[in-house]
Amino acid sequence: MTSLAADGPRGRVRRRPLFRAPSIIPGFGLTFGLSLTWLCLIVLIPLSAVFIKTAGMGWQHFADVALSERAIAAYRLSFGASLGAAFINAVFGLLIAWMLVRYDFPGKRVVNALVDLPFALPTAVAGIAFTTLYTANGWIGRVLEPLGIQVAFTWVGVVITLIFIGLPFVVRSVEPVLADVSRDVEEAAASLGATRAQTFRRVILPAIFPALMTGFAMAFARGVGEYGSVIFIAGNMPYRTEIAPLLIITQLEQYDYQGATGIATVMLIASFSLLLVINLLQAWSRKRTVD
Amino acid sequence: MRNGATSESRLARAVIMAIGLGFFGLFLLMPLLVVFAQALAGGIGAYLDAIVEPDALAAIRLTLLVAAISVPANIVFGIAAAWAITKFDFPGKSILITFIDLPFSVSPVVSGLIYVLLFGAQGWLGPWLAEHDIQIIFAVPGMVLATIFVTFPFVARELIPLMAEQGRDDEEAALSLGATGWQTFWHATLPNIRWGLLYGVLLCNARAMGEFGAVSVVSGHIRGETNTMPLHVEILYNEYNFIAAFAVASLLALLALVTLVLKSLLEWRYDYHGKGTGH
Repeated sequence: MTSLAADGPRGRVRRRPLFRAPSIIPGFGLTFGLSLTWLCLIVLIPLSAVFIKTAGMGWQHFADVALSERAIAAYRLSFGASLGAAFINAVFGLLIAWMLVRYDFPGKRVVNALVDLPFALPTAVAGIAFTTLYTANGWIGRVLEPLGIQVAFTWVGVVITLIFIGLPFVVRSVEPVLADVSRDVEEAAASLGATRAQTFRRVILPAIFPALMTGFAMAFARGVGEYGSVIFIAGNMPYRTEIAPLLIITQLEQYDYQGATGIATVMLIASFSLLLVINLLQAWSRKRTVD
Repeated sequence: MRNGATSESRLARAVIMAIGLGFFGLFLLMPLLVVFAQALAGGIGAYLDAIVEPDALAAIRLTLLVAAISVPANIVFGIAAAWAITKFDFPGKSILITFIDLPFSVSPVVSGLIYVLLFGAQGWLGPWLAEHDIQIIFAVPGMVLATIFVTFPFVARELIPLMAEQGRDDEEAALSLGATGWQTFWHATLPNIRWGLLYGVLLCNARAMGEFGAVSVVSGHIRGETNTMPLHVEILYNEYNFIAAFAVASLLALLALVTLVLKSLLEWRYDYHGKGTGH
């Protein structure tokens, strides 16, 4: 309270701040200090612990634990299944976004609200729900099993749950950009003799492509680290259906802290690289929309 | 085929709708329905028994406690960070925003692991904590920390674009009329950002109550003591106690539905999101 008041416009003559541009609005010291301290204590220092612990391991030991055969198999499943799910979401997410932006139909508001379900539904709940649906006597498993398609406890199940987890990222990235595509441009294309398919491919798709890529990358990034929804359906067999986050937990339960930290380092480097890619894609998308 | 290039043929439209709604039903509607169907599979009596069971009640209490600490912590941080970032100009602002967003891109399991590395028995502060008989990992403080970490960006990232768009005119006007900093915040800023704040808090709370991976790493998994609702669901499910697992899960699903309804209401009633709340 006092720091805000003392800093206020009625106070003493203000000296020019060293670090920031001058402003009559008070509270910079308090709010900046509070957020920076909190950020360091909760996020930056704990995250740096992973890298510092890994650095102390030595390269050889790091390679042994983080690039072991079992770890590589886990990365392959986590990254491969996320990539597959993100591709499927790019197609169907675009289709659902199209439906929500361009068409009117009964129940549209419900569909629109439920698209965000994966953001709101706890991952463990999604995990047991999907497992129950796809086991041999589940609503969907019952249909697929006689056809010889097994989803539960295989990598297919991992892809299925990751589709659920990633869907809203694609829909919500594409939706606003699609709504902004001007009908004038489409009419111009039409009057120049383009078919609907040509208009979509040549006019609409280029306009929404950066947003679609952003949604794709976000869905992919989320899938790579996903844990709760996947472990119930995955089967969790080492080398075959074990995702990377589960391997971290397994190492921790065996008190192998170095093994867990090594794999966590690989995951963190992957997520930070993806974060960079997503930021670049978003910048590209914004530039497109402004142009 | 009138307007052949500005809208689809009726057939194409019907096919798109059918595929879209089919996908929606398969991936969003069915998982939601199966939760309630399984929870009520043994009748309403078995459902209620599973919820009022002491371990389930303890899990509900712990979930509420963890959310009651982590959500307000994130509200204070979110408002402070948004104030510093949007009301002042200083170098390094975009780096600060990126750091605030960082927890969203970290795997939940890694989010739990980092606190084990800090406060666990083999961690940096482990020996000191053991000496002073303070337990953080495998206890409630660790679960609160992990929850704060995973929900860290929610409020701030909702407020930063909103407050940036609203600019500084209202605050500068209030201050030049003689208001103190706090008065300016309460009477000029807060009314402008309340719906955005509510929106962020809503999503923050849903994640705080539903977090599984991060909390799982730092929880002791002791029934009735360090199990939140999602962890309790896992234990019941792994014991093949499906009705009880889905009964507790249905409460979390209801929380998700309430969150979505309120969120839709905010977007619809106040035309909020992307456009700002205005007055």
